[in-house]
Amino acid sequence: MSNEDIILPSASSLSTLSISDISRTGFGYNPSVGPASNSITPETSNILLNRKTITLTPTSANSIYDKNINSKKINEISLSSLSFLFCEIVNWSHKNSKGIQDLETRLNGLGYQIGQRFLELNKLREGFKTSKREIRIIEVLQFIHGTFWKSIFGKVANELEKSQDVTNEYMIIDNVPLISKFISIPKDYGNLNCAAFMAGIIEGALDSASFHADVTAHSVPLDGFPLRTVFLIKFDESLMIRESLRFS
Amino acid sequence: MSSYYFSIVGTRDNPLYEVEFSSFKTATTSSSTGSSVPGISQFPTNIKEILPFVTNSSLDLIEDFQWTTSSFNLGKIDSFYGLLVYGFITQGNIKFILCFEGSNNNNNGSSAQKYNENSIKQFFVDVNDLYVKCLLNPFYAVNDAITSPDFDLKVKLLAKKYL
Repeated sequence: MSNEDIILPSASSLSTLSISDISRTGFGYNPSVGPASNSITPETSNILLNRKTITLTPTSANSIYDKNINSKKINEISLSSLSFLFCEIVNWSHKNSKGIQDLETRLNGLGYQIGQRFLELNKLREGFKTSKREIRIIEVLQFIHGTFWKSIFGKVANELEKSQDVTNEYMIIDNVPLISKFISIPKDYGNLNCAAFMAGIIEGALDSASFHADVTAHSVPLDGFPLRTVFLIKFDESLMIRESLRFS
Repeated sequence: MSSYYFSIVGTRDNPLYEVEFSSFKTATTSSSTGSSVPGISQFPTNIKEILPFVTNSSLDLIEDFQWTTSSFNLGKIDSFYGLLVYGFITQGNIKFILCFEGSNNNNNGSSAQKYNENSIKQFFVDVNDLYVKCLLNPFYAVNDAITSPDFDLKVKLLAKKYL
């Protein structure tokens, strides 16, 4: 392999580094080699000490690592651009899907990754001093219902309820889900609810916080709130055992 | 000068990132080891090879400990024949683990240790910041190894700043 064929490390998930890939700059961790791949050498030590600016990747000069993601200022995007984007997402997923169930699964999967990322970002933005790690079911649900919901959808969810019959089921209820505001489901689509995307976000956040759960979206219209959606959160049985062992 | 081994461990106990370095601070005084280059880790080979094992064995302790405290910084979680293990865990269950040899000189011990723990905490907090930035990249998925040279550079700069 010539030196020019260097793998762009920012796209690592598209290609994996092999044992023969040696970084030319001395920076960059190679998982197939281990800590020897990025150990500090006299040259890199010199760069670190003298704070020389070096170009490691095409985006080095203005990479995400130089940006401040911790700002308190809320950046809002317009509702119409979000709606058009989501419209396109539903359209695209629908084209690829085999049925209603499949479409919901696809939307859920797209939301899942957002949930994983947003959870970490949200905790970071709360600030290290003031925020705490959620370790109890009820606290993590309150966090998602409150802070988390507010930072994604601009308002807190309407209700948080516990199922009366089943111990491991909880419900988050939103009267007007932001993304399905302009979506009306045709009659022959059964009980499709495009808020499955939002359910995916919740599931991703809960899963990565190791509260394994299945989250589904159900339309439960009330007078005046035709779009009212219930997000049914069904926690894993093992979680209830953990909870009772730790906190009883 | 003390050497450090820092690793980021994913949710499936898989290493995402590792780095070995030594303190940049004491490096200016010429040490008896003969090396004058600051930052190069001074772990002897017999310790170097057990570092990943020490880190992995501390994961059980972290997993037990993480449900008893709601703080991100777990502090000192283990010590293994003079190797101290400090841990930090994010909300998304990504663990940051730092191993280093405890210093033997006990003059002004407690205040020096306090200072040390604070700088380790600051180091963890700033690495968390970097990690979240990395996670926001759409080409990065949770539990992928972090191979970006920019990330590596930034972590080493933080190491130089705090440790």
